[in-house]
Amino acid sequence: MMTKFRLSLALLSLFTLTACAAPPGTWGWYVIDPTTSAGWTNITFLLRGFSATIQISVIAAVASIIIGLLVALPAFARSRWLRLPNRIYVEFIRAIPLLPMLFWVFYGLPVVLRSMGIDLNIDPFWGAVITLALSDSAFTAEIFRSGIQSVPRGQAEAAQTIGLTRAQAMRYVILPQAVRRILPPLANQFIYIVKMSAFASVIGMAELTRRANELVVTEYRPLEIYTLLILEYLVLVLIISAGVRWLERKMNADESR
Amino acid sequence: MIRVKAALGWTAHDQLNRSRAKEQVANINQGKHAITMAQVSKWYDDFQVLRDITLDVDHGEKLVICGPSGSGKSTVVRLLAGLEQHQKGTISLYGQPVDSQGRGDIGMVFQQFNLFPHLTVLDNLMLGPMRALGMPRPEARDRAMAYLERVRIPEQADKRPGQLSGGQQQRVAIARSLCMDPKLMLFDEPTSALDPEMIAEVLEVMEDLARDGMTMICVTHEMGFARRVADRIAFMDAGEIVEVEPPEIAFSAPKSARFAQFLDKILKH
Repeated sequence: MMTKFRLSLALLSLFTLTACAAPPGTWGWYVIDPTTSAGWTNITFLLRGFSATIQISVIAAVASIIIGLLVALPAFARSRWLRLPNRIYVEFIRAIPLLPMLFWVFYGLPVVLRSMGIDLNIDPFWGAVITLALSDSAFTAEIFRSGIQSVPRGQAEAAQTIGLTRAQAMRYVILPQAVRRILPPLANQFIYIVKMSAFASVIGMAELTRRANELVVTEYRPLEIYTLLILEYLVLVLIISAGVRWLERKMNADESR
Repeated sequence: MIRVKAALGWTAHDQLNRSRAKEQVANINQGKHAITMAQVSKWYDDFQVLRDITLDVDHGEKLVICGPSGSGKSTVVRLLAGLEQHQKGTISLYGQPVDSQGRGDIGMVFQQFNLFPHLTVLDNLMLGPMRALGMPRPEARDRAMAYLERVRIPEQADKRPGQLSGGQQQRVAIARSLCMDPKLMLFDEPTSALDPEMIAEVLEVMEDLARDGMTMICVTHEMGFARRVADRIAFMDAGEIVEVEPPEIAFSAPKSARFAQFLDKILKH
């Protein structure tokens, strides 16, 4: 935690140093100077993107966890045929780059739905949520699978001998133990989602990146505006990291109690 | 009838049926075979781990299985617990196939305890009765405490398994199986992972259990325990049952040279 803060502080001072060391005229911070009314308007315009970025990321993450769990569970079936859908889903979804998938969901999926008689327009917000959730679910499914597999086999055997069904063993014995192994990589995935939500800008979602782009077009100060954009994501990710660390500490405290 | 069921509640009703059925089984099976294995063979791919195992265990009998490592003795117990499948031959428990046994009817104690580390000792014991038998919490709690007292560690009820010694953990594991009111208990080298000073406390609990008339099959190298408790000792080697004898004969005049050699080796120290 401390090292991470120090790292980000170092990064910040690096920015400031570059700013100071550069020849006069390189930086034009006036564009986001909060003391001027024009600068303040620009800043609030950019910061309002947080709401969309956070909403997209959180909804997509929750959906991806649910889909991931549903996809991971067949991997533990005895029959090879039940395991097959898991493998196909993971290999297929994992192979699609995010941007093409976003285009397909936003421009293609409504056409498919209309041909099936469903008249549903997908707006940029839900287009981004669906794409991020789907794309990420292949990775969360793998995280769940490896986390569940890391619980020693004896646990499932003991559960069986005290009469639990396989579903009960999963619910009461395996999953609670797998969670602490799953959480750190899951947090990584969430950070990944937050960053990838920037792609929503290309289908017109007014989140952090889109707003920065729009401001650059009117103000012609890409350096300052994109610098601020990077810092916006940095703050978001640092907050998530701190939250996860807190959760991990809390779970470890529960364990040793 | 429906009103009666509703009044009792489904769980209580099932419970009643279950204990009645068990009583009947106990009466019918007095002096009968608890376990019948007939020409059971098992392979891991091409490697044959069990060769034509034929073995009967009576109701209330205590059988000790011994033999060198890799002889297949653990596999026999795991087959009976339903943890593994065999390819040839038949296994029946009280006349029924292994997979049609009631939930938790066959208790199993593992070498590595396999307690659930995220649950307290009490919750480890209550999980089976509550989830597999549908027993209400207070009743499950009473039963769990009763068995914890029986294995002499009621004061550890609220601790996690990780805070207990190996011997205590294994006694909790025995209590956890007993909470399911099993028809028979299987032990797979229950003291092999324990420090020497903790072996006695586990064996004492097992001897108590034997005295109460539990049908027991125990894979172990504890020959003192075998001598005191076992009705018969089965010696296995290379996937076969070489010899089955009462302890008096096994320890004084084993028929096969392999058994004699084995006993000689493990009794020397």
